[in-house]
Amino acid sequence: MSVDLNAVRRIAHLARIEVSEAETPHLQDEINAILKFVEALDTVDVEGVEPMTSVAPMRLPMREDIVTDGDIAQKVLANAPRTEDGFFVVPKVIE
Amino acid sequence: MTDLTSLTLAEARDRLKSRAISGLELTRAHLEAMERARGLNAFVAVTADKALEMARASDARLGRKEAGPLEGVPIGVKDLYATEGVHTQACSHILEGFRPPYESTVTANMWRDGAVMLGKLNMDEFAMGSSNETSCYGPVASPWLPPNWSSDRARAALGSGRRGLLTPGGSSGGSASAVAARLCLAATASDTGGSIRQPAAFTGIVGIKPTYGRCSRYGMVAFASSLDQAGPLARTVRDAAIMLRSMAGPDVKDSTCSPASVPDYEAAVGRSVKGMTIGVPKEYRLEGMSDEIERLWWQGSEWLRAAGARVVDVSLPHTAHALPAYYIVAPAEASSNLARYDGVRYGLREPASDIIDLYQKTRARGFGAEVRLRLMIGTYVLSAGYYDAYYVRAQKIRTLIKRDFERVFADGVDAILTPATPSAAFGIGEKSENPVEMYLNDVFTVTVNMAGLPGLVAPAGLSSAGLPLALQLIGRPFDEETLFSLGETIEQSAGRMTLPAPWWN
Repeated sequence: MSVDLNAVRRIAHLARIEVSEAETPHLQDEINAILKFVEALDTVDVEGVEPMTSVAPMRLPMREDIVTDGDIAQKVLANAPRTEDGFFVVPKVIE
Repeated sequence: MTDLTSLTLAEARDRLKSRAISGLELTRAHLEAMERARGLNAFVAVTADKALEMARASDARLGRKEAGPLEGVPIGVKDLYATEGVHTQACSHILEGFRPPYESTVTANMWRDGAVMLGKLNMDEFAMGSSNETSCYGPVASPWLPPNWSSDRARAALGSGRRGLLTPGGSSGGSASAVAARLCLAATASDTGGSIRQPAAFTGIVGIKPTYGRCSRYGMVAFASSLDQAGPLARTVRDAAIMLRSMAGPDVKDSTCSPASVPDYEAAVGRSVKGMTIGVPKEYRLEGMSDEIERLWWQGSEWLRAAGARVVDVSLPHTAHALPAYYIVAPAEASSNLARYDGVRYGLREPASDIIDLYQKTRARGFGAEVRLRLMIGTYVLSAGYYDAYYVRAQKIRTLIKRDFERVFADGVDAILTPATPSAAFGIGEKSENPVEMYLNDVFTVTVNMAGLPGLVAPAGLSSAGLPLALQLIGRPFDEETLFSLGETIEQSAGRMTLPAPWWN
């Protein structure tokens, strides 16, 4: 499989990465080189094989359903580019 | 008097304990060495005041005979470990200015045991790379000179972008360069596809990626969560064992972290390997593999045989599929993990008119080219219509790779011996134009991550050009001890690697 220029634009949008028209052909080449590299996997017989969900045979640990953390609003906001009154500030989302 | 920076971690620990040296003088010696080695670009942040303060506290504890296992030992920390109030950016522009308000479990464990933090180490951006060239702080130079280069020529290159000098490998390039150049006694590193082991091989030092779940991932900047593991880089097998014992251990903050207690790995160093069975997998004999790698591998099996181990041929039939499957699984997980970098809660924010524009501009400016490429690959293989063909298929292949290893271990093999890398270190700028060629560096190491197994790399000799070459030992899950015993046998048989004298001063 390979991607065309339109697909590259679509993927960039899904990944929320702005891509200029000038960069698109180069990205297309690089993506297609990797897709070509992984093409070899098409020949592997995976009939009846379970996809791996956990590399270690471990049961997910359970704990009491209680609050163990919190009340650290200042710490949560400390690295934000813009805050106001204990909130993150972003450009207007809803008109 | 011996140069304090040339001590092994074990020697330094013993001298600190007997009070032959103080933590403060040991830390000062390393800070001075770091200052002289700035040109290597191994450290991206130096925490000198913190280091001196920690060293003084260690000296006080040593005086009270309350020393921890790493008391007073100066180490470097890879930039992907969250260190409270200290520079943590995974060497990405998108985390510009980030100072975590919390500490990673691995580093917290090391401070608990008395270690001293010297600073943060350079790495490929988000650990995506095999040469440390994707770092937003620029490439790191290896302390090893390129073949036929004079010290003068190398020193001149340090001042002009380090082009032509050798890469220390990646992604833990800063960690490897700093340890090999004796700027710290050991360093934390991390390994998603080979990022501890390939740099260890390139710089003539020891690295271990432990079993998935042996170290907590809490506070490590995530790349591919089902593959990422913490581990140490150090100059001897014993030093790596001492480091891992402190780094590893249960953690309620990481549900994938094993609750099993940590053995005394150092006790396994020097233990006899007599009667062990070592597998040599025929699928690792790649077409066009160089004679010197082939010879090194054969030599390694001879050393283990001479030490009383039995060497047998084994087969891991799905080996060749590991690297392509990795380049589906790892970018997929990365695209999900790195979705958090949106310019809202931390790090870089680019001015924009609306929220989507804010995300797109911030991520375009904040991520480097290799990271952007992998995020797009990951997004593509997870997108509607392609998920089954790529992602699910790759995860099925991962099951097959793991089964290969399980079969070999069930047949009584204690560990598997392979080369660490297909070649010795290459030059900065030599492979950076071709992503797929760069990915081939991990061909021998990536299988281990895909199967969640432990893998140790130890130096085993020099190439014809005089550069370090290494062997890899792959173990059963949670049997790092066997790897330390076997690794030390290789280290003893090969003779301790003589690291390059400091031409960079």
